[in-house]
Amino acid sequence: MKQDFFSRTDVRGALVGLAVGLVLALGLPFLPGVGAGLALRTLTVCAIYALAAAGVGVLYGRLGLVSIMQIGLVAVGGWATLRIYHATHLPFEVVMVLAALVTAVVGVLVGLPALRLSGLSLAIVTLMVAGALEVLVTYAGFPNGGNGFLGRVSGGTLAVIMPRPGLGQSDDEFFRYVGVVVVVVLALLRWLLMVRPGRTWAAIRQGEAGAVSLGVNTVAHRLLALAVTSAVTGVAGALLAAGSGILDPASFKAQQSVLLFATVLIGGAFSLLGAVIGGLFFYGMPQLLSTVGLDGNLVFVVLGLGLVQAVTTAQAGIAGQLAELWRRLRPRLWPRPRREVTV
Amino acid sequence: MSRLTLSGITVRYGGVKPLDDVSLAFESGVCGVIGPNGAGKTTTFNVLSGFALPVAGSVDLDGDDLLAVPAHRRARWGLRRSFQQEQVVRTLTARENVLLAAEHSGSPAADADRALDYVRLARPHRLGAELTMFERRLVDIASCVVGTPRLVLLDEPAAGLDPAESERLLGLITRIPEEVGALVLLVDHDMDLVRAACGTVAVLDFGRRIAAGPTLQVLSSPEVRKAYLGIDEEVTT
Repeated sequence: MKQDFFSRTDVRGALVGLAVGLVLALGLPFLPGVGAGLALRTLTVCAIYALAAAGVGVLYGRLGLVSIMQIGLVAVGGWATLRIYHATHLPFEVVMVLAALVTAVVGVLVGLPALRLSGLSLAIVTLMVAGALEVLVTYAGFPNGGNGFLGRVSGGTLAVIMPRPGLGQSDDEFFRYVGVVVVVVLALLRWLLMVRPGRTWAAIRQGEAGAVSLGVNTVAHRLLALAVTSAVTGVAGALLAAGSGILDPASFKAQQSVLLFATVLIGGAFSLLGAVIGGLFFYGMPQLLSTVGLDGNLVFVVLGLGLVQAVTTAQAGIAGQLAELWRRLRPRLWPRPRREVTV
Repeated sequence: MSRLTLSGITVRYGGVKPLDDVSLAFESGVCGVIGPNGAGKTTTFNVLSGFALPVAGSVDLDGDDLLAVPAHRRARWGLRRSFQQEQVVRTLTARENVLLAAEHSGSPAADADRALDYVRLARPHRLGAELTMFERRLVDIASCVVGTPRLVLLDEPAAGLDPAESERLLGLITRIPEEVGALVLLVDHDMDLVRAACGTVAVLDFGRRIAAGPTLQVLSSPEVRKAYLGIDEEVTT
């Protein structure tokens, strides 16, 4: 009996996600009231944080690892981007890939001692790493065209801004640029989840002993997961740096990593759609609150309530609820004859 | 014909010795490992899968020193194992579960389909979460026969199944040595299953071997009845 390599629903889901993502990435700026305004700039940053959320989501949803250092890794990606750009002036795409690699190495290095940990211990260790990274970037600052390893200008010299990538000069173009990069990276991640590493990660989450008895080298696969999710998070840092050309340490506080983890649980840790929703909540919610005249810090209250709702009634988050809704609605919207099931 | 020999195996957790100088030998076919709770059956399996490190002793299968192989390399070496609690990954399809076992034991993907055919699981594209307990046990068995296993360890493979399902599982298990060519060790409390499946059994009690040999002979020996089956109970054969 010959089987398809992937289950058909899985492939269909991935392709629909890819198509919808590309349409949104390229089409959103055409929407009246969105193009070239605050809304578009907000959505751009939301899309960028969707990558960091995807990193958290894959670690938690696929491997059961609670990592609360992702915003620190975004900072690492951003720092590496600015550092590499000011040193080399290479095209942004090259810089972005290099920064992703640097972030992957940092993620693996800080993750190494934590590899034997899981659950609460790992959460606490990663939170401390996030704190350490916050201190580091606050002390060192982000490179802005100066000399030396830290690349900071001093005295009366003007800071140098890293220009936006050639294909993303205006806000509209930059949104599309970010959108396409985010969709491509998420598609690669989705592909990885459908092949051997993704399967293996799921086995590790199910049970360490079971995975080892299947022949899984759990340490190597955890390292791979850390490297991949860190690289994806590094791309987020690179895109943030590209957006404004300069970064502020104040955006990378350790508490932001906690907030990001919460938004991933609310959005849904078991699918990449959940990561996109998480990104929207993480950056969009504070903006929305201040737009309607409320204190942006209320986001902790709003997301705290959302988190309570998610962990008590919707373990798969909003993405899970949407999938369930779709599963119920689809037969009513497009009734079709039941296919014979071949055995 | 394969031969598995455990010689003088001792496992120590602090002051407790779940296995104390245990020597066992198994020849091809399906062999039972039985004994009351805490006898050391699962610890024996854990030694064979590399989860428990013995402080003394050796394990040999046809000339290979099993203890020298790291736990995660033993699947590639030819070891397969199922657990009391089935380990089917809920978020993967049945086929992906078996595919994982194939991939990590160095077998081609086609072997996964052959293994699914062996257990005759219908619609293998369903998620682990959607399978019945019996179907999950079938996936476990499929993962155990994938590729070219040399030694298959089954820890209470029929736990939680009804008699008809147990019967079908029994058929699959007893065919493994012949069709797959592996030596099968079976731990179970279900004496009917052990009697029906195993040509030979070894009996453990308090971390020591108290008897071993042909199943019917061992089960009727007074020592085994005293330690395990209760002295007053009649053993029907």
